[in-house]
Amino acid sequence: MFTSVDDVSARLAETGYLASPAVATTVFLAARLGKPLLVEGPAGVGKTELAKAVARACDARLVRLQCYEGVDESRALYEWNHAKQLLRISAGRGETWDEARTDIFSEEFLLPRPLLTAIRGDDPKVLLIDETDKADVEIEGLLLEVLGDFQVTVPELGTVTATRRPFTVLTSNATRELSEALRRRCLFLHIGFPDAELERRIVRLKVPGVDAALAESVVRVVGALRAMDLRKAPSVAETVDWARTLLALGASTLDETVVRDSLGVVLKHQDDIQKAAAKLDLDAL
Amino acid sequence: MTADADTDLADTDLVTRLTGLVDALRGHGLRIGTGETVDAARAVEALGLADRELLREGLAATLLHGAGGRPVFDAVFDLYFPRGVGVPDGVGGEADREALRARLAEALAANDSAALARLAVEAVDGFGGYGDSPGSDGWSSYRTLDRLRPQTLLARVRDEVRGRDGAGSFADRLLEDEIRRRIEEFRRLVTAEARRRAAERRGRDEIARRALAPTADRVDFLLAGKDRLAELRRTVQPLARKLATRLAARRRRAARGAIDLRRTLRGSLSTGGVPVKPVLRRRRPARPELVLLCDVSGSVAGFSDFTMLLVQALHDQFSKVRVFAFVNRVDEVTGLLVHGAADPEGLNARIRAEARLTAWHDSSDYGAALGEFTDRYADAVGPRTTVFVLGDARTNMADPNLPALQDLTRRARRVHWLNPEPRTLWGTGDSAAPAYAELVDMRECRNARQLDALVGRLLPV
Ligand SMILES: Nc1ncnc2c1ncn2[C@@H]1O[C@H](COP(=O)(O)OP(=O)(O)O)[C@@H](O)[C@H]1O
Ligand SMILES: [Mg+2]
Repeated sequence: MFTSVDDVSARLAETGYLASPAVATTVFLAARLGKPLLVEGPAGVGKTELAKAVARACDARLVRLQCYEGVDESRALYEWNHAKQLLRISAGRGETWDEARTDIFSEEFLLPRPLLTAIRGDDPKVLLIDETDKADVEIEGLLLEVLGDFQVTVPELGTVTATRRPFTVLTSNATRELSEALRRRCLFLHIGFPDAELERRIVRLKVPGVDAALAESVVRVVGALRAMDLRKAPSVAETVDWARTLLALGASTLDETVVRDSLGVVLKHQDDIQKAAAKLDLDAL
Repeated sequence: MTADADTDLADTDLVTRLTGLVDALRGHGLRIGTGETVDAARAVEALGLADRELLREGLAATLLHGAGGRPVFDAVFDLYFPRGVGVPDGVGGEADREALRARLAEALAANDSAALARLAVEAVDGFGGYGDSPGSDGWSSYRTLDRLRPQTLLARVRDEVRGRDGAGSFADRLLEDEIRRRIEEFRRLVTAEARRRAAERRGRDEIARRALAPTADRVDFLLAGKDRLAELRRTVQPLARKLATRLAARRRRAARGAIDLRRTLRGSLSTGGVPVKPVLRRRRPARPELVLLCDVSGSVAGFSDFTMLLVQALHDQFSKVRVFAFVNRVDEVTGLLVHGAADPEGLNARIRAEARLTAWHDSSDYGAALGEFTDRYADAVGPRTTVFVLGDARTNMADPNLPALQDLTRRARRVHWLNPEPRTLWGTGDSAAPAYAELVDMRECRNARQLDALVGRLLPV
């Protein structure tokens, strides 16, 4: 997939994702060792975007399993199309029950879900299992089975084995600790807030109208906010949103008024805004 | 698999390093199986040894399963895959403290991480060595930082940056905190470098097992990094319990000592005026009042919040404790401290977020703070009050306002000043310590051990 760590950086950058050395190295290794990659970190640091960027960089199809409380096998792996099966049976073709049964449990009536889709077919794919920590613990057994040797047994169809393993990314905001067994299957990558230099580049890439000086000020203020012990520290997503807002407001530099009026874009909680305003010595909001 | 990589892996030194690294990590409680070790070897093979930082990330990705193990991993990695051996060319020889501080100030002002890393190497080489007999010698980050005192460069670096960029921009108000974070980073680099040098001397396995560090109660408040301070805060409750017992004992002794002459004589009337039963004076029912006036500016934050927590934990021992914090304005934070017991980590952040401590700038101003305190909180100090001032007396060149302190000494029962800087630095640069020390009893209080002794001795009973 990739010839070197630099190749990863360069090709991700072409698709609009700026990888830190840690990100590029780990992606390279995950591809080289053929292991799933578990990416942990706060919201908005580009975990989901990383998987999408890898898919773009490799011309691979992105198959995404979005996890949520209650996601189950029928949503993650496959399901039979019951409605269609019923129709088929009631339409009757005068065959025996055995024949009918074989027919309705065939490919035609199968609804493959992301995990099955990802291991079937020969085209290159990126499997994104997003926000894994939101799913219930029970689903981890299924993930272990699938990610172990990339094969799944469907009782009515037999065993499906990947002929071409997807590049797999699991993301987690660490709201719940994933099981040790699942972690051991994966390479581990923690994405934190980027350093100032990288964040400036991300801002200027995502919001081309922002000049270097404004990008620098924005990143400095966001850095200060992150050091403040807030309920929710601003992430890259907020930095980019803020830069975009400033551009829309026509602000070419940061000053007290501009910061005060737009702080709500960066901070989501009212008490965080108040605290930050006090620390930044802004006049009362 | 390339032929090169094969030879790399056949290299017994590499295998030794990798297994040593894994053993050391396991020694620190990380659970690493053989599967991970094999992956790590494959990672080395795929990445090669040319770029040390890539290797670090690759090994972390294969050996770790969560973010929690990363700090230990980084420290251990630095020992098993060190940057080099000894010191690079050009380093060594006579170390000139002032010249090194000047270059450090420059690198901090430029935010040049490569230069900071080089300076850390030089600093440890120049100032971190101790002992001269094999077995008792070594390299210490503590010594290095104690000599170099990077935290005292703040004002100088700030002025340098302002001189360069001007002070007009909005982001300028963030400057001091940014510089503090760079200094913190330099400190971390020095610690890692001292460990690396020590490992060369004493064998990396041993250093990896127990990195060199003084016990928490002897760490200089002004030198301790974040982790060390957190560790220190955990010692507050036990220390407070010990002190409380000591104070109670002192109070009992003080109460027992005095004989109440009048009551003894009255009692003696029944024995024909012969005083056979001395009556001891009853213990004064009222306990003393305590006021703490704390500099919480970044340069001394570790010291003041630790002391505040300690006093708060002792509040049973007094009839009243009030705590005031200042940077260049004063605000009462007694209420915040009650919650502080549950979350000592965030205490300083909370105080700085919820109290009005700064006017338009962020440097401490003792003169203004003392003046405001005597004006606004005159009612807090009376003849039964003992006042403790906590801070380094660094005024950032502002007027120290000696009359305000004098006024305080007139109204309070006692005023003590605890200064976290070593006595040898009092009066250097912008320190007004000698002037204040003429008015009040100023003591050096550099670590938890000294604080324990001082508080035990100075607290009123
Ligand atoms: N390194 C990066 N390069 C480019 N864009 C990034 C980077 N990191 C974050 N972003 C941007 O930040 C936003 C949030 O990213 P996202 O992947 O949704 O975060 P997460 O999944 O970690 O919550 C996206 O719009 C993404 O484009
Ligand atoms: Mg996401």
